[in-house]
Amino acid sequence: MKKTLFDKIWDSHVVESIPDGPDILYIDKHLIHEVTSPQAFNELKERDISVFRPNQIVATADHNTPTENQHLPVKDLLSRKQLKELTQNCEDNNITLYGLGHPYNGIVHVMAPELGITQPGMTMVCGDSHTSTHGAFGTIAFGIGTSQVSQVFASQCLLVEKPKKLRVNVNGKLKKGVLPKDVILYIISKLGTNSGTGYFCEYAGNVFEEMSMEGRMTVCNMSIEMGARGGLIAPDETTFEYVKDKEFAPKGQEFEAMKAYWETLKTDEDAAFDQEYSFDAEDIEPMITYGTNPGMGIKITGSIPMEGGKSDAKALAYMGFKPGETLLEKPINWIFIGSCTNSRIEDFRAAAAYIKGKQKAENVNALIVPGSRQVAAQIEAEGLREVFENAGFTLRQPGCSACLAMNDDKIPAGEYCVSTSNRNFEGRQGQGSRTILASPLTAAATAVSGKLTDFTKNLN
Amino acid sequence: MEKFITLTDTAVPLEIENVDTDQIIPARFLKATDKSGFGKNLFRDWRFDKNDEPNPEFALNKPEYKGAILVAGDNFGCGSSREHAAWAIKAYGFKVVVSSYFADIFKGNALNNGLLPVQVSPEFLEILFTEITKDPSVEIKVDLEAQKIEIPKKNISESFDIDTYKKTCLINGFDDIDFLVSKLDAIKEFENKKAQKLQTTKSL
Repeated sequence: MKKTLFDKIWDSHVVESIPDGPDILYIDKHLIHEVTSPQAFNELKERDISVFRPNQIVATADHNTPTENQHLPVKDLLSRKQLKELTQNCEDNNITLYGLGHPYNGIVHVMAPELGITQPGMTMVCGDSHTSTHGAFGTIAFGIGTSQVSQVFASQCLLVEKPKKLRVNVNGKLKKGVLPKDVILYIISKLGTNSGTGYFCEYAGNVFEEMSMEGRMTVCNMSIEMGARGGLIAPDETTFEYVKDKEFAPKGQEFEAMKAYWETLKTDEDAAFDQEYSFDAEDIEPMITYGTNPGMGIKITGSIPMEGGKSDAKALAYMGFKPGETLLEKPINWIFIGSCTNSRIEDFRAAAAYIKGKQKAENVNALIVPGSRQVAAQIEAEGLREVFENAGFTLRQPGCSACLAMNDDKIPAGEYCVSTSNRNFEGRQGQGSRTILASPLTAAATAVSGKLTDFTKNLN
Repeated sequence: MEKFITLTDTAVPLEIENVDTDQIIPARFLKATDKSGFGKNLFRDWRFDKNDEPNPEFALNKPEYKGAILVAGDNFGCGSSREHAAWAIKAYGFKVVVSSYFADIFKGNALNNGLLPVQVSPEFLEILFTEITKDPSVEIKVDLEAQKIEIPKKNISESFDIDTYKKTCLINGFDDIDFLVSKLDAIKEFENKKAQKLQTTKSL
């Protein structure tokens, strides 16, 4: 039978199929962080069960960590307690932790790929919905709840029903100024926030084939925002080049042998999908969101639809926008470049290339938060720090930061923030904050002009 | 896990679509390291205003609406995987959430906590909203065994789907950890085979 990339990986990880029920799916790599793991460790303790395969688990601290003075004790007592508990739990269970200050520390979906922990053909889970990011490597990766975190602790397996298969094709040539973030925001704006529910989504077409790994991660990251449990892209030379030489990747002869296997994973020709959509790259322009879910997106030069969904009026009231309105020239006081969606080196290069020699507008607070210590080091090494600082941007230490505002990095109530993160939900970036999702380039251009503009005119 | 078999109660209507888990429980309340205390912060920023005063317009604050059934708009529970959302709903006192669509992760989290997600047709959801707002004392019966949700007084009902395995778990109060731990031998055997296969791949 013809198989998809997804089938091939899934089927090779099924321990057992329960008749009329879910599959027992084996998990190769389990990533954990401070926020969704403590209750899972407690669950195990209460049942007197030990962690089954500690060497297949990697931990990092990212969600509630401060992005300033990381060498000092964490000021927020609850955060500090949560981080302390993570450290203790990892120690007690022999789990590798790249905690605050460790050279490998960073946002879980940034640090694992850059260390070669993420590899093609794997099954990976994490108590975080953006685990879909790792699908960029041709990996089945999805977010799980805390009960499931304890299940994986106990058995290295999960009970899951095999999802249906969806393929999204984008072919053609992307316009100038259109980044991977615009591609995925465009797809979600067309398909809606629940079109992917029950599915795993494969992204195919020359647009994804030509994308860097960073770009593919941005795309797969937001699969969950259309409801899909995960997204994935067939591994190819770009993937292999990225994985090669990474700290925990196979080396030499072993790498070549694994590569030969990874090459067999791509979807067979004529393999069947339950649902398929196709888009033209030429139709995509820099995108922004205007509402309170990631599906409420328009091109930056567009206007807010007159007729929306049932709850759109509530969303527009929250955002302070009106149907039919264009957002061009809308003053913006905050921009945030960071989060597991857009905090990799390529994102900062794109922003820096635009910013270089320019100044942020006076009204703007511009926050730059790298995804990991390694990205931060790269920013330094490539001289991007000077570019950002000379332009008046604030460069912070790595973490999830203002994407979900669990730490002090919050956008004030009522303020607009053009943000490279993944969710524009009410209050996501701080109580009362208003998020406009966009690419790093759009965020950079907004910081310079102090308002939303059609910056594509300024591109060389 | 607490068993769920059947429930007859009044309901609270939450006529909002795409309710995301950030609304159910905002991120700033995720710093706890145990499962208790999330109920008081359920829908925190909708239930309370800036001065922490209850918002009288919000369904949960309306005295006429009570009961252990939450009836919500389409695509309930989208967004973050935080299980704290299911804990918060359960801790507040709800035992069933009804919607015309649930986000995957939320649905799984709810089932793992004995909170029953009942997916109904958009038409039936409309009927529920209409009947509840017309008469907040109207009772709704959810029968997991028969996979049926009904408004007995009106003699209107609809059947709902649920995974057979999950249904058995809920009715008996079993959870996935018990089951998976009972499968450890099969899992170890799978690991051995996988390691052998990997060895073959690597030596090619």
